[in-house]
Amino acid sequence: MTGKLVLENLKHKPMRSLLSILLIGVPVTLILCIVGLSHGMLEDSQQRTRGIGADVVVRPKGSSFLSLSGAPMPQEMVNFLAKQPHVKQAMGAINLGIDGVFLGAAGVDLKAFNEMNGGFRFVEGGPIQQPNEILIDTFYNAQHHRHAGDIVNLFSHDWRVSGITESGKLAHIVFPLNVLQGVSGNPNHVSQIYLRLDDPRNTDAVVKYLKNLLEDYPIYSTEDFASLLNVNNIPALREFLLVIMSIAVIIGFAVVCLSMYMAVLQRTREIGILKSLGASKTFILQIILAEAVLLGIGGTVLGIVMSFGAYWLIQTLVPASFPMVIVKSWWPIAGAITLLGAILGALYPGLSAARHDPIEALSYE
Amino acid sequence: MSSALPNPDLSHPGDIIEIRDLWKIYRVGKVDVPALRGVDLTVKRGEFLAIVGPSGSGKSTLFNIIGGLTPPTTGTVRVADQDLGTLTDAGRTQLRKRTVGFVFQKFNLLPNLTAGDNIAIARYIAGTPLKPSAEFEEVLRLLNIANRLDHKPNALSGGEQQRIAIARAIVNRPAILLADEPTGNLDTENSKAVLEILRDLNERLGQTILMITHNPEAAAYGHQTVHMRDGRIVN
Repeated sequence: MTGKLVLENLKHKPMRSLLSILLIGVPVTLILCIVGLSHGMLEDSQQRTRGIGADVVVRPKGSSFLSLSGAPMPQEMVNFLAKQPHVKQAMGAINLGIDGVFLGAAGVDLKAFNEMNGGFRFVEGGPIQQPNEILIDTFYNAQHHRHAGDIVNLFSHDWRVSGITESGKLAHIVFPLNVLQGVSGNPNHVSQIYLRLDDPRNTDAVVKYLKNLLEDYPIYSTEDFASLLNVNNIPALREFLLVIMSIAVIIGFAVVCLSMYMAVLQRTREIGILKSLGASKTFILQIILAEAVLLGIGGTVLGIVMSFGAYWLIQTLVPASFPMVIVKSWWPIAGAITLLGAILGALYPGLSAARHDPIEALSYE
Repeated sequence: MSSALPNPDLSHPGDIIEIRDLWKIYRVGKVDVPALRGVDLTVKRGEFLAIVGPSGSGKSTLFNIIGGLTPPTTGTVRVADQDLGTLTDAGRTQLRKRTVGFVFQKFNLLPNLTAGDNIAIARYIAGTPLKPSAEFEEVLRLLNIANRLDHKPNALSGGEQQRIAIARAIVNRPAILLADEPTGNLDTENSKAVLEILRDLNERLGQTILMITHNPEAAAYGHQTVHMRDGRIVN
C-alpha cells in the first residue's frame, strides 16, 4: 500500500517527478562519462602499446610511465640495445601530442615497424611512399573526415594522407621517423625504444639485465607497462573522481531536498489526513524516503541512458580525442552515490512532514 | 444489519467519553487564548450526540481533543477507557488508528488514490487485513458506493466523497465516529442522505457518533444536542 501511495504521488505531479529524475540523472551521466573517458583513454593507450608488438619498452631517464616530453634519447641507443642478448629487434619511436589528440602522432621507421608486428592494416589507401605523406587511423578519420589522398595541415606543413589504418597500433597519426624528428626539432633522437625478443619468455630476464646496464632508465615489459595504465596509477585521477562524485552527491541531495520539500508543502493537507488516520511519524517519513529512493532509481536509470547518449555523441564527434568506453561496473556505484544523495536530501523534508501538527496540516489550503 | 457488523464496544455498556473540567489554551504569539474553559461532558456507548455552537465556541477544539489530534491543557479526558491527558504523541496516534474515526466537512480524501484505496489505506495504517470483511462489504452497499470504489475523488460527487469518507472512518470499526460538519459542503439532498447514513450506522450498528454542526436540522438527527459558547457547554 505504501508503494502504491508513493507511485500515485509521483504520478500525480508528473512534470515535477520527471524534472527531478532528469536533474538527478545529470550527475549520474557526469560520473559515468568521466569514468568512461578515463577508462577509455587508458584502455586505448594500453591497446596501442600492445599493438606495437614489442616485449620490452625502454623509456627516457626521469620520465614517468604516463608522459613523455620530447625525444631525449639518442638514436644510437637503438642500435646499442639491438645488440644486447636475446634482443631480436630494436625500434625507436618519437611521440608527439598533436592537434589536441591524446597520443596523437608517432614517428617510426616503417620498415622496422612492419617487421616488429606485421605492419598496419589499411582500410583505405596504402603505405607511405613519399616523405610528405602520413598515415591516419580510423578514429582520426572519423573525427576529421580525412581520406586517402586528402591534404592535412600539421606543424605548419601540408601532408598528404597516403592511407587510413585500423586503429589500435601506435598512434592516430604516423609519420616516417626521420620526418617527425625533423619537423619537431629532434634530429637523431627518439622518445622511447621498443624491443622484440627472441622469445617472450625471456622478457623478465632481459628487463632485469637492461635495468642493471642502463641505470635510471625506466624499463618495463610491455605487459607491465600496459598494466600501469589504469585509473589507480594516474596521479590525482582518483581524487578527481572523488570530487566529481561529491559534486554528484551534493547535486542529488539539493535536487531531492528541493523537490521533496515542495512535495511536502503541496501535500501538507494529505499528511494531515494520513495523521488523522493514525499514520505514525515513521510511516510519513517512510513515504517521503521511498519517494526519494524511487526518484533516485529513476535518475540513475536515466543517467545511465544519457551516458549512452554522451557516448554516442563523443564517438560521433571526437572519437580520436576522447576514446570513451561504457564502464558497466560503475553503474551500481553511480546508483549508490545517487541514492545516498537522494536519501540525505529527503531526510529534512521527510522529518519536517513527520513533525507536522495534524490540525494545522488538515487546515492547510 | 447490526448482526452483520457488531460494534465491539457494545459488549461494554457505559460511558465511552468522560470529560471533566477540560481546558485547552492556545498560545498565540505572547498571548494565551483559551479555546475550552472547563468543559464537562459524558457520552454513552451507542449515543448519537450533536454538538452545536457558533464559530469560535470551541466545538472543533473539543472534537480535536477527543480525536487525539491535540492534547488537553488541563482536565480529564477519558475516551474508550484511555486517559488522553497521559497519552504521548505516539499514544494519540494509536488512538486515531483504531479507537476514533474522522469525517470532515471537506471530505479529506487522498486525491491521488482511488476511493477503494482511500479506504484500504486506513486499514493498512491500522494494521488490519487489506481485504475488507464480508460485513464491511455490506456497509459499502448501505452507503451505496460499491460501484464507485475505482474512481478517484475528483471523479466523485460531494455526496459520494462524503460517503467514501464515512466508509473510511468506520472501516476499522472504531469505538467513536467523529463527524465535523459532515454536511457543510453538501446540497440539501446529499446532506439528508449523509445524515440518514449516520443515523443508520448508529441505529443498526450501535456506532457512537459525535457530530459537530451549525445546522439545527442536522443536529435533530442526534439523540441529544449539546450547545457550546465561548469554550463552555451551555446546556
